[in-house]
Amino acid sequence: MDATLTLLSFSPPGWGGVLLAGLLASLQVAFGGYLLGLLIGTGGAAGKLWGGPILRDLLEVYTTVVRGVPELVLILILYYAGTDAVNQVMHLLGLPSVDISGLAAGIFVIGVVQGAYATEVLRGAILAVPPGQIEAARAYGMSPLMSLRRITLPAMLPYALPGLSNLWLIATKDTALLAVVGFAELTLVTRQAAGTTKAYLTFFLAAGALYLAVTLVSNVVISMLEKRARRGMVRSGGAA
Amino acid sequence: MSEVQAPVTYVPPKARSLFEPHRLVLMAVAAGLVFCMAWFMRWDWLPRYQERLIYGVGQTLLMLFSTAIVGFLFAVPLGLAQVTGPRPLAWAARGFCTLIRGTPLLLQLWLLYYGLGSLFAQYPEIRSSFLWPYLRQAWPYGFAALMLSFAAYEGEVMRGAFAGVPKGELEAARAYGMGRFTLFRRIWLPRAVQRALPTLTGETVLQLKSTPLVATVTVVDVYAIISRVRQETYLTYEPLLLLALIYLCLTGMLVYAFKLLENRIPNRGA
Repeated sequence: MDATLTLLSFSPPGWGGVLLAGLLASLQVAFGGYLLGLLIGTGGAAGKLWGGPILRDLLEVYTTVVRGVPELVLILILYYAGTDAVNQVMHLLGLPSVDISGLAAGIFVIGVVQGAYATEVLRGAILAVPPGQIEAARAYGMSPLMSLRRITLPAMLPYALPGLSNLWLIATKDTALLAVVGFAELTLVTRQAAGTTKAYLTFFLAAGALYLAVTLVSNVVISMLEKRARRGMVRSGGAA
Repeated sequence: MSEVQAPVTYVPPKARSLFEPHRLVLMAVAAGLVFCMAWFMRWDWLPRYQERLIYGVGQTLLMLFSTAIVGFLFAVPLGLAQVTGPRPLAWAARGFCTLIRGTPLLLQLWLLYYGLGSLFAQYPEIRSSFLWPYLRQAWPYGFAALMLSFAAYEGEVMRGAFAGVPKGELEAARAYGMGRFTLFRRIWLPRAVQRALPTLTGETVLQLKSTPLVATVTVVDVYAIISRVRQETYLTYEPLLLLALIYLCLTGMLVYAFKLLENRIPNRGA
């Protein structure tokens, strides 16, 4: 027991500080990737609903490919292709090639993956808004942008929240896949710590507890948000 | 009242044909891209690895179906325990689902493989048991991790499905004098499985997308074969693109197969 505590302590003989730094990196990537995904998702949903035929088909290809290929493979492709592409552009501009930080690449990768799922979630939520409300807004003389801002977006939130909160939980867990491309997030540093000290079970269980804590805290926040977004709505009783 | 219009629901645009002008242009562009890839990228390694790739796809599918089937068998009691089990059992089942769903699969896999694997090796009783030849290999750990993950996710679905079977049907069965097990076997389980079926497609596709993780603990599936190709040929993109294409095809076939299956099952009023 004492040996375990020494291993997990924050000062250098222990690896607790390293684990927490890894957790911080994981959370940064998850958060950044989630925001980027929301951005892509909003644009994607708008494009799928109101875009031209070509844009719609291209978005369909994007969401289908991302949802049909394992995240692990996508992360490998995007990680190499993304850093390669940036360096090619730098080369064309006559600038020296840069070292892409793992953080930026990770956020990009997670964001692209999340974007496809967010597109579908937001599209469905926007479609779930009763058309009468949007027509009423139009009857009041609101411009399309204003009715989007005042009616469609707030009214779709309760429909979008379950999907979006699910995506956040997926984002926090998908960051673990970045371990495969060598980004020092929680899972990878855990494996390094475990490999160095040979205390495999201790470290993997500790990391699991950290991930679980993130999930549980997120769940509490999510249920508060959902309660707030659903205020004034009729509670659907029974099995829907 | 007959004048009141039915609420305007979203009318999806007509199923458009594949051969509209803009689609023809897009398809031409796509064909051009594929041609460029075939022409300018290196594919000469393909024939040499063909057999191993097919073997890898087989291993991936084997891993997928074995874990999904066994996982589903575990999911039924997990869901049932949460709905109707005695308190401690319900808590245990719920805790298990939360635990598995709240941590990354990669971490669980490494915990089993490195953690349990190193723990097993310390005990001479295990080392000398008949199981040891299996426990020394990687695939039991990969199988266990994937199976537990599927069981937890599907267990959550089954919980909802068991809870969602209309009370009246269960009461009717009881009124017919069915015992608890007959009721479960004839009414509750089939109706719950029927309700859970539509989610099964999505869960199975997710499971397929999780299988390459087992390659990180040296199980040989199609992902591992492609990694091997990348190491031996020093190519970055070509093998990965092929791998993405393989998984896309597998996903497409899975979705299609499930659609056929669902069409065979009557679902009126489900």
